[in-house]
Amino acid sequence: MNLAMAPETLARWQFGITTVYHFLFVPLTISLAAITAGLETAWIRTGKDKYFHATKFWGKLFLINIAMGVVTGIVQEFQFGMNWSDYSRFVGDVFGAPLAMEALLAFFFESTFIGLWIFGWDKLPKKIHCACIWIVAVGTILSSYFILAANSWMQHPIGYAIDKATGKARLTDIWAVLTQDTTLVVVFHTLTAAFLTGGAFVVGIASFHLWRAKRKQLKGEELGEKQRSQIGAMRASLRVGLVVAVIAGLGTALSGDSLGKVMFEQQPMKMAAAEALWDTQAPAPFSVFAVGDVSKGHNSVEIEVPGILSFLAHSNFTEAVPGINDVAAQEAERYGGKPEDYIPSIFMTFWGFRLMIGFGMTSFVAALIGLWTTRKKFWLAPEYRTGDNEVPRLMLTKTREMSPFFTTWSWRIGVLTMGFPLIANSFGWIFTEMGRQPWVVYGLMKTGDAVSPGVSQAEVLTSMGVFTLLYGVLAVVEVKLLVKYAKAGPDTDEEPPTRDPRLRLPSGGAGAERPEDADKPMTFAY
Amino acid sequence: MHLHDFWFLLIAVLWTGYFFLEGFDFGIGVLTKGLAKDRTERRVLINTIGPVWDGNEVWLITAAGATFAAFPDWYATLFSGFYLPFLAVLVCLIVRGVAFEYRHKRTGERWQRNWEHAIFWCSLLPAFLWGLVFADMVRGVPIGADKNFSGTVLDLITPYSLLGGLFTLVLFTFHGAVFAALKTEGEIRHRARSYATVLGMTAGVLALAFLGWTQAESGNGRSLAALVVSVAALALALVMNHAGREGWAFACSGVAIAAAFALVFLALFPDVLPSSVNPAWSLTVAESASSPYTLKIMTWVAVPLTPLIIGYQAWTYWVFRKRIGTRHIPAPAAH
Repeated sequence: MNLAMAPETLARWQFGITTVYHFLFVPLTISLAAITAGLETAWIRTGKDKYFHATKFWGKLFLINIAMGVVTGIVQEFQFGMNWSDYSRFVGDVFGAPLAMEALLAFFFESTFIGLWIFGWDKLPKKIHCACIWIVAVGTILSSYFILAANSWMQHPIGYAIDKATGKARLTDIWAVLTQDTTLVVVFHTLTAAFLTGGAFVVGIASFHLWRAKRKQLKGEELGEKQRSQIGAMRASLRVGLVVAVIAGLGTALSGDSLGKVMFEQQPMKMAAAEALWDTQAPAPFSVFAVGDVSKGHNSVEIEVPGILSFLAHSNFTEAVPGINDVAAQEAERYGGKPEDYIPSIFMTFWGFRLMIGFGMTSFVAALIGLWTTRKKFWLAPEYRTGDNEVPRLMLTKTREMSPFFTTWSWRIGVLTMGFPLIANSFGWIFTEMGRQPWVVYGLMKTGDAVSPGVSQAEVLTSMGVFTLLYGVLAVVEVKLLVKYAKAGPDTDEEPPTRDPRLRLPSGGAGAERPEDADKPMTFAY
Repeated sequence: MHLHDFWFLLIAVLWTGYFFLEGFDFGIGVLTKGLAKDRTERRVLINTIGPVWDGNEVWLITAAGATFAAFPDWYATLFSGFYLPFLAVLVCLIVRGVAFEYRHKRTGERWQRNWEHAIFWCSLLPAFLWGLVFADMVRGVPIGADKNFSGTVLDLITPYSLLGGLFTLVLFTFHGAVFAALKTEGEIRHRARSYATVLGMTAGVLALAFLGWTQAESGNGRSLAALVVSVAALALALVMNHAGREGWAFACSGVAIAAAFALVFLALFPDVLPSSVNPAWSLTVAESASSPYTLKIMTWVAVPLTPLIIGYQAWTYWVFRKRIGTRHIPAPAAH
């Protein structure tokens, strides 16, 4: 059979498409839930309107996003059984447990309390309403923990035994699966990356609004009351986004470094492939750019920085790092077959790794610069300070403002880098999953042995076509809605619940009926 | 009771819980055409399930996840064997979920109408397909010695499975009509009651046909009891609905659904997926179960959490217990 149309290839494409797509929504959901929760908490504690309007605004974008995350997640759970039935049989005893825990602990939290939050503005006391979004945020984090524990087990199987009678993996130590290094580091890395994604998203949209308002002012237009309060909400959001992105960006870098070290030990092939390091070298150089030739087993062009790879792997500049050819030979000896059967796509892993780091760290650096230049009071001459409802001036030093040219470009970069972490996330997953090939469970099961034997080529082609088409259409719909609501900005005419009679709680506490409330319209309705 | 029998029971409870809850969600979706006379009434119906449909759907995710964890072979054979029906269910659940969330985000006529079509069709089709899947599951499908499904999608379409699909579709729609009568006020509430009468009688006839056929083919003493309970609950639901006791009618239609699926699972046991080719190749509870260690861990997680989940989901229904009428629906504004 034509290899491009082999069931394994098709099932992998479908898994790749649906998973990368699903993971566009996941990190934004995780971070926007927490950011929205933080803003609602700030509103309750300070009573300031700008936090209320920011909560409502980011909450809307969060809901547009989580709707897609939830529905595309169902596909993930079903397609293990649909397309990877031999995999499911082999690993179910181990892999199923975290999945079921995820549903019981995390999904019920998320889905039940999001309903309470959306429809409950006038039904629940303020603090309980705020607790609902916090529970959703905790649910998203728990969910990522359990699914990453399952994925980490595929990267580095632990706490299992192979059953002699059935030949299947059998769980022997759930604690090992839930707390192994790989799981903990991957969870930390994924969550920090998720917050970098949300931070950059908030910064991008806030920059758009602030720069638009500033341009109007520069043209000499007078800003209205509403626009000024929008600036207030967006300025507060900008600072929140920048702080989140800087802390999360730093965390992503640190956890990425730890994860690299874990992977050098657990999957030397993946890391050698990430560097296109064909032969074991001591000290090993870091490759900035390389064009490899798999058939010849070396690179035809490359630019290197000496010693850095040794440092990334072992924290010193001299130790040897095993190369692709040597690891492949070892694996072939251990598991049988030819060495080249054990070499993943060097092109995808090498460039995936670089694009992940490049796009992720660009966002981090941009946020760091933004955090400094938009500071409010620290090391700033009083005449350059701006009020809460004004667009901040971009200040380099105590008295020196950025030139108009750089100011323009700084705001533009804020908007343009909005999606960078999304690109970084996608390449990170492509790198780590393709870098594990040919294994689906490292050292235990090959991807080719994992597909459903009973599912025909026509069926997989059908589902792949259907998902690609449906996801494509939904992407257009989703992005258009996001743009519409993001551009509209916060609805600052909306009265916070304390002053809005529609949002006033019934006098007898939550839910108690008063005759005059019988006609009260719903505060939110589908 | 053996641990794997307990897990069979728990999975039966999860599926039953799913059909009890999303049963009326699907029913409401189907009733948005017909029962609702205009857009405002459609919004009344959709908003009765607005805060809860997503939480209801998690029962499905949990049922599937628990099947994966506790009976990997059952999960693997069922999901790969029923590939195209599951694909259709997935597409419907995706479109339907997005439709609920996005329909009100724009005010354009075409936008809203398209999402309303989506809500109708993507509620109707899964309500039908779940009956088809469970009918095939209880009767058995071609499963070879390697535990894999060896048939084609055509093996899944038989008069019996089509009847099963029709039965769940009408049963869920009846459940939805009873729920609508319980949760709405004004004219639509009374219309929902008369819809429920017709739907309930049809569901009763289909229940006798489908559940009777199932009982005759694969039933036993215990499943006969479930059949009697299901049909009696349906009859009682009709009486209560006629008497205007909407809460009781809803409880009874819920019992009818629960007993119908209890019958299916009782008839299935001790198999989880019978082979129509050779009974020796049927997947059984004992042979397709995970190891006792995994089941023990899962029991420790599921036993304390399930009552907690039921507790906070019940609280949600309490918070949103107020009836909804056309006067409560805010003017259509994109928000």
